[in-house]
Amino acid sequence: MTFDGRVPSTGRTLDGPAPPAGPVGPLLELERVSKSFGAVHALVDTSLELYAGETHALVGENGAGKSTLVKVLAGVYWPDAGTLRLGGRSVVLSSPAAAREAGIAVIYQEPSLFPDLTVAENVFMGRQPLRSGRRVDSKAMRRRVLELLEPLGVRLDPERIARGLSIADQQVVEIAKALSLDARVIIMDEPTAALSAYEVDRLFRVVENLRASGAAVLFISHRLEEVFAISQRVTVMRDGHRVFTGPLEGLTSQDLVRAMVGRDVVERQSSQRVKPGETVLKVERLTREGVFVDISFEVRSGEIVALAGLVGAGRTEVARAVFGIDHYDAGAVHVAGHALRRGAPAAAMAAGVGLVPEDRRLQGLVMELSIASNIALASLGKLQRFGILRRAAESRFAADWATRLRLKYGRFSDPVSTLSGGNQQKIVLAKWLSRHPQLLVVDEPTRGIDVATKAEVHRLLGDLAHDGVAILMVSSELPEVLLISDRILVMREGRLVAEFSHEQASEESIVAAATGQTSKVPS
Amino acid sequence: MSVAIGTVGPGGGTSGSRRLVELIFRIREFGIIAVLLLFVAVTASIQPRFVNSQNIKFVFSNATIFALLAVGETLVVVTRNVDLSVGSVLGLSAFLSANLFSQVHGMPIVGVFAAGLAIGLACGAVNGAIVTLARVPSLVVTLATLYIYRALDVIIVGGGLVVASSLPNAFLAIPTASWSRLSAVPYLAIVIAAVVAASAYCLRSFRPGRELYAIGSNPEAARLAGIPSGKRIFFAFVMSGGIAGVAGVLWAATYGTVDSTAGYGYELTVIAAVVVGGVNIFGGSGTVVGAALGALLLATINQALYVLGISSFWDPAIDGFLILVAISLDHWISVRLTSALRKRSLHHAT
Repeated sequence: MTFDGRVPSTGRTLDGPAPPAGPVGPLLELERVSKSFGAVHALVDTSLELYAGETHALVGENGAGKSTLVKVLAGVYWPDAGTLRLGGRSVVLSSPAAAREAGIAVIYQEPSLFPDLTVAENVFMGRQPLRSGRRVDSKAMRRRVLELLEPLGVRLDPERIARGLSIADQQVVEIAKALSLDARVIIMDEPTAALSAYEVDRLFRVVENLRASGAAVLFISHRLEEVFAISQRVTVMRDGHRVFTGPLEGLTSQDLVRAMVGRDVVERQSSQRVKPGETVLKVERLTREGVFVDISFEVRSGEIVALAGLVGAGRTEVARAVFGIDHYDAGAVHVAGHALRRGAPAAAMAAGVGLVPEDRRLQGLVMELSIASNIALASLGKLQRFGILRRAAESRFAADWATRLRLKYGRFSDPVSTLSGGNQQKIVLAKWLSRHPQLLVVDEPTRGIDVATKAEVHRLLGDLAHDGVAILMVSSELPEVLLISDRILVMREGRLVAEFSHEQASEESIVAAATGQTSKVPS
Repeated sequence: MSVAIGTVGPGGGTSGSRRLVELIFRIREFGIIAVLLLFVAVTASIQPRFVNSQNIKFVFSNATIFALLAVGETLVVVTRNVDLSVGSVLGLSAFLSANLFSQVHGMPIVGVFAAGLAIGLACGAVNGAIVTLARVPSLVVTLATLYIYRALDVIIVGGGLVVASSLPNAFLAIPTASWSRLSAVPYLAIVIAAVVAASAYCLRSFRPGRELYAIGSNPEAARLAGIPSGKRIFFAFVMSGGIAGVAGVLWAATYGTVDSTAGYGYELTVIAAVVVGGVNIFGGSGTVVGAALGALLLATINQALYVLGISSFWDPAIDGFLILVAISLDHWISVRLTSALRKRSLHHAT
C-alpha cells in the first residue's frame, strides 16, 4: 500500500480549523517498526502516519499487533527496529514519561487513575498549579479542571475521589489530563469497548472537538460502524503487518473485514455439532449485589454456550461464581442435578467442573513449574501412591496430553514461562481435560494467542462438545463467539439481556444487545 | 443539553457521592475522637480520679512519643510501604544521644536533639536506600534492620546504662514542663500537636506530599505520571527514621534510665496507632492527624486500665481488638461505598 503524503480531503465537514491543505508532513510518523517477543512477531515492518486535524482509525483482529503498536507509541515498548518521527524530527520514546513529554497521550480501554485522589489531582498529579511558597493551588486546579471538562461536555465534580467513577468518566479524566498536557497526538485504545451508546456519543463529540482543534487522533476500535462514524483515514493490520492505509471514503465495512481477516474463516463444521443432551449446568437467579443480577441459564451436554458482552458486564464474575471462586448473594448453581455449594471450587471440581481462567499467567498456570507438573497439577490424586507423587507417571501422563493437544515445547522439564501464549493456554486446557470434566468453563480462551493456535483451541473445544462435554465460554471476540457457540447469551451491566441461537446471531445483533442500543429481553 | 440526561442529575449524582465520601473520611477521624471521649467518660464515671490533671498529663506524655512516631510511620504507610524499624531506631538514638551528656561535658540539650535526629536520619536513609535501590519489599528490609539496629544498640550499650542522675534536670523536665503545676497539658504535647498539624499541612499542600499518596494509591499510574517514586519513598523512610531519632531523645528525657531495651516492640504499637487512626495499611489514604489521634487513643486506654486497676496484660488484647475494629470498619466502608456507587451506575443505565 503506498501512501503519497497528502492529507485526504474527505470527511471534513465539521467546524474548527481545517488542517492545511496540500502536501504537509505527518505530525507523527512511524517507519518500518518491528517488535518481537520471543518467537512471536507482534509487529513486522509496520509504518503509520498521523496527521494533525485528522482522526485515524486502526483496525485489525485481536492479536494483529494493534496493542503493541500503541505501546510503542506510548513509550512502554522499545521497538526492535524502525524509527519514529514527530513533526519531522526523529525521537526515541524511552519511557511513558518521555512519550508524554513529546506530546503523545494514550487513553487506554481501562484507565489507571489514583482511586484515592480527587479528579482534579488525577488530572494534575505531578504538575499541580502552584501558588506562593510552592504550595499546591487547589482553587486554580479546580478551576482549570472545570475549564478542561467544559468543552468535553461532561460534568464531573473535580473534588470527588476517582474511586467509583464509571469507565467512561475515568476516560474523561484521562482525556482532560491529555488536554492539560497540550498533547498533539491522542491515542485511544478501544475506548468504546466498555461504554454505553450514550457514552460513546459523548466520547465522539470529544474526539471531534480534539480533531477540530488540530490534534492527531489515533482511534482503535473493533466496531467498524464507529470507525466510519468518526475517522477520516484507516489503517488495517493483520498478523503484525500493515495491510492497508487509506482514506475511508469509498470503503465499506466488508472491505475492511476482508482486509482484516485476509483468509477464509473456517466455521465449526455443522457435522461437528451434536444435538444437545441432558442439562449439565443449571444456573438459577444468580445474584451478587452490585455485580450481576438474576442470572438464569442452562448449558446442556454437547453444547457450547457463549457469554458475550462488553468488558465489565459481569461475565467473568458469573463464570467465577459458577465455579465457586467468588461468592454470590442469592440463587443456585446445579451441576447434573446436584446443587453446588457456594464458594467452594473443590466441590465444583468434584462435581466435574473445570475452569480455564481469564488470565492464564496469574490464575491458570504456575509459571515457574515445569510443563509436566503444570499439566498434572489438577490430577495429582491419580498420580500418587501412598501420598507420594510418582514422577514417571507424571511425565507419561503429561506426554500423553501433549501429543493429544499438539503442544509445541522443548523439554518437559522446562518451565511453562518459556512457552508461547497459545501453548500455555493448551496446557491449561490439558490440565482440566485430563480430569474428564462434564462441564468446562472457559474464560477468554484465545486471548492473546496467534491465529493458528486459536484455530486449534477452537477445534479442541468443538471436539470436546462433540464428546458430550458442556462448555460455557466467556469471550469478548465476536468472531469467535459466532464461530463456535451453539447459543449466545448477552450480558450488559450485570444482567442477561438477550439470547441468540447460532442461526439468529449476528455481530450487529450481539453488539446492539451488549451496548443497549436495542431493548431486547431474554426469551 | 443532552449531557444532563445520562449522568443522573450530574450535580446530584457526583457531589452526592462526594459528600458521602467526605462524610466517611470525616467520620473516620471524628470516630476516633468519639471513641476517645466515650472511653474517658466511662472510665471517669467509674473512677473520677482518671480525669485529674496528673493522669491527663501522664496520658499526654505517654501519647507524645507514639503520636510523633505515628506521623513518621504514616508517611511511609501511605506510600504502600511499612517501617518496622522505628522501635530499634528509637532505642539506638535514645542511648547514644543521652550518653552524650556524660561523654561530652557541658553538652547543650539542642546538640543532643541534633545527634538523635542525625542518628535517626542515617538509619532511615539506610532503610530507604535498600527499599528503593534494591527494590526489596519494605516489610523485609525493615524487619531486617529492626534486628540489626537493635543488635547495634545491644553491642554499643553492652551491660551499660544511662541513668537519670547523669542527665541534666532541664533535659528531664522537657516532657512534663507546662504553664503551671496545675496545667494538664505539657508544652511538649502542644509542640507535638503543632508538628502533627504542620505535617498534615505539608502532606495536603505540597506536591511531594500529594505524590506520596499517589504512589500508594496506584504505583503504576504514579510511574506513568512521571512521579519520582523512588525519591519520594526514600524521603518517607528518611523522615520516619529522623522522627524516630528525635522520639528516642524524648524517650530518654521521659524515662531517664536508658538501657538496650528502650523502645522494644514500639513498632507494633505505632502501626496499631496508624491503623486505628484510619490510615489504609495498603497505602493511598489516611492522615497524620488520624494516626496521631490513634496514638492518643491507645495511650488513653493504657492509662485507663491502669487507673481502673485492670491488669496491664489486657492492654495488648484491647489494642488488638481496636485494630480489628478499625480494619473491619475500613473494609465495611469500602465495600459499602463501592457497591453503592456501582448500584447507582447500574440503576442509571437501566
